[in-house]
Amino acid sequence: MQFIRSFKFFILASLLVFPIIFNQIGMSFYLDLATRLCILAIAAVGLNLILGYGGMISFGHAAYLGLGAYAVGIPAHHWLYGGLDFLATTNGFVHILIAIAISGLFALLTGLICLKTKGVYFIMITMAFSQMAYYLFVSIEEYGGDDGLVINTRSEIPLINLDDPIQMFLVSFSSLIFFMWLVHLITKSNFGLILSGIKDNEARMVSLGYNVYFHKLIAFIFSGIICGFAGVLLGNFTTFISPEMIDWSRSGELMFMVILGGVATVMGPLFGAIVFVILEEVLSSITIYWHLPFGLLLITVVLFFRGGLSSLFSK
Amino acid sequence: MKKVLAAIIFCNFMVSSAVSAEIKIGFVTTLTTPAAVIGEDMTNAVNLALEHLNGKAGSHKIEVVFGDDGFAPDTGKQVTDRLLKQDKVDIMAGYIWSHVLLASRKSVLDAGKILISSNAGPSQMASKLCHENFFSASWQNDQTPMAMGEVFNKVGIKSLYIMAPNYAAGKDMVAGIERTFKGQVVGKDLTKWGADAQLDFSAELAKAKVSGADGLFVFYPGAASGAFTKQYHQAGLKDLLPLYSVFTIDGISLPKLQAANFSGIVGSKVTQQWDPSLDNQANKKFVNDFKKQFGKYPSFYAAQSYDTINMIASAVTAVDGDMSDVAGLRSALKSANYNSVRGKYSYGNNNFPIQNFYLREVVEDSDGNWTTEVVDTVFKNHQDPFAADCKLK
Amino acid sequence: MDYTLLLIQVLNGLQLGVLLFLVASGLTLVFGILDFVNLAHGSIYMLGAFVCASLTYALDSYLLAVILALPIIGIIGYLFEVFLARPLYSRDHLDHVLGTFGAILVIDTIAHLIWGPAGIAIPLPNYLDGQIKISENIELPTFRVLIIIVGLLAAFGLLWLVNFTRLGMLIRAGASNRTMVSALGIDIRTLFAIVFAIGATLAGMAGMLIAPITEASLGMGNNVIITAFVVIIVGGIGSVKGALVAALLIGLIDTLGRAFLDDFFKIFMSAAAAENSAPAISSMSIYLIMALILSFKPNGLFPPKLR
Repeated sequence: MQFIRSFKFFILASLLVFPIIFNQIGMSFYLDLATRLCILAIAAVGLNLILGYGGMISFGHAAYLGLGAYAVGIPAHHWLYGGLDFLATTNGFVHILIAIAISGLFALLTGLICLKTKGVYFIMITMAFSQMAYYLFVSIEEYGGDDGLVINTRSEIPLINLDDPIQMFLVSFSSLIFFMWLVHLITKSNFGLILSGIKDNEARMVSLGYNVYFHKLIAFIFSGIICGFAGVLLGNFTTFISPEMIDWSRSGELMFMVILGGVATVMGPLFGAIVFVILEEVLSSITIYWHLPFGLLLITVVLFFRGGLSSLFSK
Repeated sequence: MKKVLAAIIFCNFMVSSAVSAEIKIGFVTTLTTPAAVIGEDMTNAVNLALEHLNGKAGSHKIEVVFGDDGFAPDTGKQVTDRLLKQDKVDIMAGYIWSHVLLASRKSVLDAGKILISSNAGPSQMASKLCHENFFSASWQNDQTPMAMGEVFNKVGIKSLYIMAPNYAAGKDMVAGIERTFKGQVVGKDLTKWGADAQLDFSAELAKAKVSGADGLFVFYPGAASGAFTKQYHQAGLKDLLPLYSVFTIDGISLPKLQAANFSGIVGSKVTQQWDPSLDNQANKKFVNDFKKQFGKYPSFYAAQSYDTINMIASAVTAVDGDMSDVAGLRSALKSANYNSVRGKYSYGNNNFPIQNFYLREVVEDSDGNWTTEVVDTVFKNHQDPFAADCKLK
Repeated sequence: MDYTLLLIQVLNGLQLGVLLFLVASGLTLVFGILDFVNLAHGSIYMLGAFVCASLTYALDSYLLAVILALPIIGIIGYLFEVFLARPLYSRDHLDHVLGTFGAILVIDTIAHLIWGPAGIAIPLPNYLDGQIKISENIELPTFRVLIIIVGLLAAFGLLWLVNFTRLGMLIRAGASNRTMVSALGIDIRTLFAIVFAIGATLAGMAGMLIAPITEASLGMGNNVIITAFVVIIVGGIGSVKGALVAALLIGLIDTLGRAFLDDFFKIFMSAAAAENSAPAISSMSIYLIMALILSFKPNGLFPPKLR
């Protein structure tokens, strides 16, 4: 147990230290890699809240990443090119507020409908809503449509300069730690216990008098907001957004990070994101046929390592 | 004394190592998805160019690092960042797709590197987003359809139906044709593009058929072109609604159309700034060696990629391998002082080529292979219409 | 409104619908009976197109190629069942999704390695390559008419198989109560493998039918699989009849949307805005329909009987 705890600490510490060292010796690419990893891990943490702890398999969480990123891009676009003055700003706090409001609202509205369904129907209807968001952004010419939108100025936050890659990384890393801690708190709270009770046996929780639908909806909204926040970071990091980010395959990738790492664990989403990002970058720089080993690896994990990677470390 | 000697030797070593240093070119193209067929042609041409140069620009070894954009702007930007930061390339080139180029542009230019497009020519980058470090080795998107519009006026076509994919270049192509075409556009369809592009055009073709237009103008590059021309043929539109296209019937689609024995395509006409039959020394060598090595005619993508490498090599030679001399590279590139396979051309203020556009016809060559041949020169030294909107002098 | 154009577009929608049905029917059978989510079903559709294309060039006949390719795809489906699907039946849907997504990546890359990135055009014999005059001013490409006929035949064949044969009875029984069927002494493993192979063959057939129109190309399966999932969800998982109704509904909505939505939008927005947003909105419409149907009928139009 002691070993495992120190192992987790070691992973987090090296995630913080090594990218900065690499950057200082001129390998700034690895810093960017780590930033991307942290952002995707935040989204995976958000998804894990409902997928892992709540048993709600959402196949549409890339939509929230996209909404968050557009919440940076659209105000910045208007700030630069005019139009919609009430929206035009580069203030980071406003961006975050918009992202939280929009992703929360989207989660509320879609959640009201999605949570009526169960099982595979739930998987597919969450996917349907994210595809609607995808086509919505494709259809808005003003924000680039299919071509995407270049974000020319990053969010401005007092004392922090997101143009500096190290600060961008530190913001992403500390946000990741914050959300891992927050989700950990939620799952240990009364609310979290009810949620996992619903996952294990929904009928029992109903008969115990809990409002299952309401609890699931709150978790769904929370999860959406966390991903929306990750989207704000992602928009600032890539300085480019396109509907492609909302595509169902991206939602699939998020799911795989969570499952690969191990559902309903604190570290699982991070493990999943680490493996995913490293595999994607390393394999794709070796061969354009990198999908082949990647696919074989997925199949191997599914067939032989049930419970994901964190099960290797925790038992 | 010994120390001084050692220092001199050391300095010499430093200098000589700087002289023989490798110059790395980042080249982004599409290597996966069906659009990889274009990437394959471009990669072949780049390797052929390197072979012709013996891998050297002057006395400097050059190396090309390829990146795959996966036919998506965000992947393209990601791979651009990787080439810049991990592979530390000295200069960026390639880019088939306008939206990928638009997404990647900022990364390259912010890093202070030169960016050369081997194909895409979005209107934005010719006008308000023009930049002194960005050069086009191809054309501005609007130019080729503008030439086609001019042809329509000459032939006497009064009404047109237009189909194109819904992305940056598709919109530019439509704008380009409307810029010169004097007749009426009776209908227009923009279809889904990207890795999950729409490939069944039944609904659109049925609309075009009843529109009563004199002609059908399309832009379907890469893998979509084969699918489109086939369906056009199957819908029996050949005599009802003659097909005119840009960037659709090319060195990539012709062998496939010939293999499927789709003879309706012979005789159709397209416009382009280059053709395998252009009579100049560089082009003859390029086309012959390409055919020898890869067993088919090069496409215009290949020609532009071949030009890109030669253009970079000429600039590298001009600054004697000092890639930090961006101003020197810039002025060398701007002079277009290399043997382009399209013949001599010059650069406008927005760093887009001022060049000829030809009308080409699909013919069967002496070996029985389908190819194209120049029948007319539509524009002489044509400059794109956006140059005036670019703040560069 | 031009009624001839409307009729032609309805026929185009019908063609898309029957193709969707061929893919979706296998998916819904496997899903309903085996409770197995197979994302890689679209890859088998793609393999059907590629195998048929290669055979067409080898045999110089499209028809022979189809006849030979169908059993080949059936065998591939069987092998897929034995090596990947079977070990996963006892797992939850998450594992199915992850495993079969891995299979998509593997199959797509192998196809890229074997057939190259270019895609292959399939030449049609002359008698299939022309047009059929249906009335004075309605002409349809012969091959598209053939797709509709073959697709509808396959659809009714499958409905007959499921509803009026012993195999179909077992399939229906397996869908509603798996343990009961095996308790009756039926070899459930063979039954599952047969169902899987039938599903694969139907998907492969759809690929073979569309390939002469759009070419066999990489990634074609991934375009169709999501729409096919929408079809089976709307139709109700496990219901062949539901899949047929939903496939035709979605085929029609998609085609008619593409055909008429931009003219409709032009009534109340600028021409440029209409041209740009109409294709996206019409693509969105099928998801809109799905969300609407599920919010009123959470188990689809024709939900199978409870387990």
